Amino acid sequence: MSSLRISRVIVTLLMSAAGIMFIMPFLWMLSASFKPELDVLTYPIQWIPKTWNAAENYREVWFGALPFSLYYLNTIKITLLTTVFSLIISSMAAYGFSKISFRGRDLLFIVILATFMIPSQAILVPQFMMYRWLGLFDSHTGLVLLGGSSVIGTFLLRQFYMSIHNEIIESARIDGANHLTIFVRITLPLVKSALATVMILRFIWTWNDYQNPLIFLRSDKLFTLQLGMTKFSDVNGEFYSLMMAGAVSAILPLLIIFIIGQKHVIEGVASGSVKG
Amino acid sequence: MEALQETGAAAHKVPRKKRKRFMQDTLAGYLFISPMLITATVLTIIPILLSGIISFTDWNFIAGLDTIKFIGFHNYLKMFSDDHFIRSLTNNFALIFVIPVSLFISLTLAVLINKATYFKSFFKVIYFMPFISSFVAIAVLWRVLFHPSSGPINEFLMSIGIHNPPTWLADPSFSLISVMIIMVWAGIGFEMIIFMAGLQNIPGDLYEAADIDGASKIRQFFTVTIPMLSPTTFFLLITGIVGSFKVFDLIMILTNGGPAGSTSVIVFYLYEVAFIQLKSGYASAIGITLLVLILAITVVQWIGQKRWVNY
Repeated sequence: MSSLRISRVIVTLLMSAAGIMFIMPFLWMLSASFKPELDVLTYPIQWIPKTWNAAENYREVWFGALPFSLYYLNTIKITLLTTVFSLIISSMAAYGFSKISFRGRDLLFIVILATFMIPSQAILVPQFMMYRWLGLFDSHTGLVLLGGSSVIGTFLLRQFYMSIHNEIIESARIDGANHLTIFVRITLPLVKSALATVMILRFIWTWNDYQNPLIFLRSDKLFTLQLGMTKFSDVNGEFYSLMMAGAVSAILPLLIIFIIGQKHVIEGVASGSVKG
Repeated sequence: MEALQETGAAAHKVPRKKRKRFMQDTLAGYLFISPMLITATVLTIIPILLSGIISFTDWNFIAGLDTIKFIGFHNYLKMFSDDHFIRSLTNNFALIFVIPVSLFISLTLAVLINKATYFKSFFKVIYFMPFISSFVAIAVLWRVLFHPSSGPINEFLMSIGIHNPPTWLADPSFSLISVMIIMVWAGIGFEMIIFMAGLQNIPGDLYEAADIDGASKIRQFFTVTIPMLSPTTFFLLITGIVGSFKVFDLIMILTNGGPAGSTSVIVFYLYEVAFIQLKSGYASAIGITLLVLILAITVVQWIGQKRWVNY
């Protein structure tokens, strides 16, 4: 038994070494964001800065030449709206596709699922034209609509709805409840953990999205964090400490959300794929 | 309220009640799925049909509808003689190699973490970090790490005695490999998590039986773990390869397709043709080709799955 324990300790140590190597880029990024520019590329690497310049770097990023705080607010707004919108749409669709029987249901579900195969880049040109005609181009509303219709969210939630027994819904209907009541009062609470998964994933994906804002936004004042960061690196290309401070600011909220909701993200990602 | 009265009704009304309930269900069903159906139709289905039509035209979407000109299959034929397109396509096929490499690493990690270590959730967070970071942040970071003269990676290589380290992203013959290294690094966490979930589903008595038969741990890995994980591996292979055809953000920010087109991929070239060269027809044809390519890969893999996936 003790030899088994020793081998576990050895493997843990080896894995820790591998793990540290793996996140070294992130550690380097964090450390660079605290340094004065001149120390960023010194070698051997100063993992703990000799001179600290953290406050200045972050102040410059947040309140300097570029409206980084505005980009941040825009991103929060778009991400929250997209997440809510997409949760409503996908949980309703998932309920309809699993708990109500009507003609054409399965065919429509296959059609919706098939749209997932279409690479988003293949439809950029028509989307761009439609958005210009509809007046949705260069607006946050347009972006929210684009991110809101989530096939993968619908698919994941449907998997969970299917595990709810139909008898529960039948007996509620006999008691006189209509589908809206059943949906809100009975099934939504039962799929809470799946909702949390879809919510966190959608949050991460929208927060990190670069392609849609790049194509569908034009005005500087509407820019998101990811767009702002590329603009930032165009302007401050040679100031690595500032770029790293920007990148840290962009990742940090997601890291916090991820650590809090770790169980949901990991289980959701895993269950959706292994079952599916 | 209406439904309540309905259920209270007398028994002889049953057939009509049933029909009414069927109507109600149909109406409710369509109401529930309509937001999804409408957004999917307007934002995906109509655009892909339009893409198909536009792909047969020579057109610049800025110029307006009256300048549209139908040219048949010309756009599709043009791809065969377009060096830039062929280069991008070749690069995409090269990127496929990322998937087996990262699958191998992530499987090894998953098995080790699952079987043999303490602090499991700590390792999960570490390897999941790239998954929660945007490709913008990752690209910005690696551009500095790979800096040819004073980046930390080359400084390290020089300090251990390699005097002429590759210039990574700046060297056309090394740039694609650099992109692949980053993709492996960024993909491991997701694959590892999925593998760990798959490992959890393998019944423990299989290993006990193998132990009794005297099979070594390494032998067990090849005769029990790998066959039992084949559906998971297969899922990751499909999603990974399809995903590798959609890598846009990383290329756009990391290399902008360069140097000398050495890291251009189809989706990046499509973006360039559509929004910089403003050739809507040709861009749409590339988009449709990409869709067909992805569908073909999926079909081939579904057929292949029957051959080697072991349930």
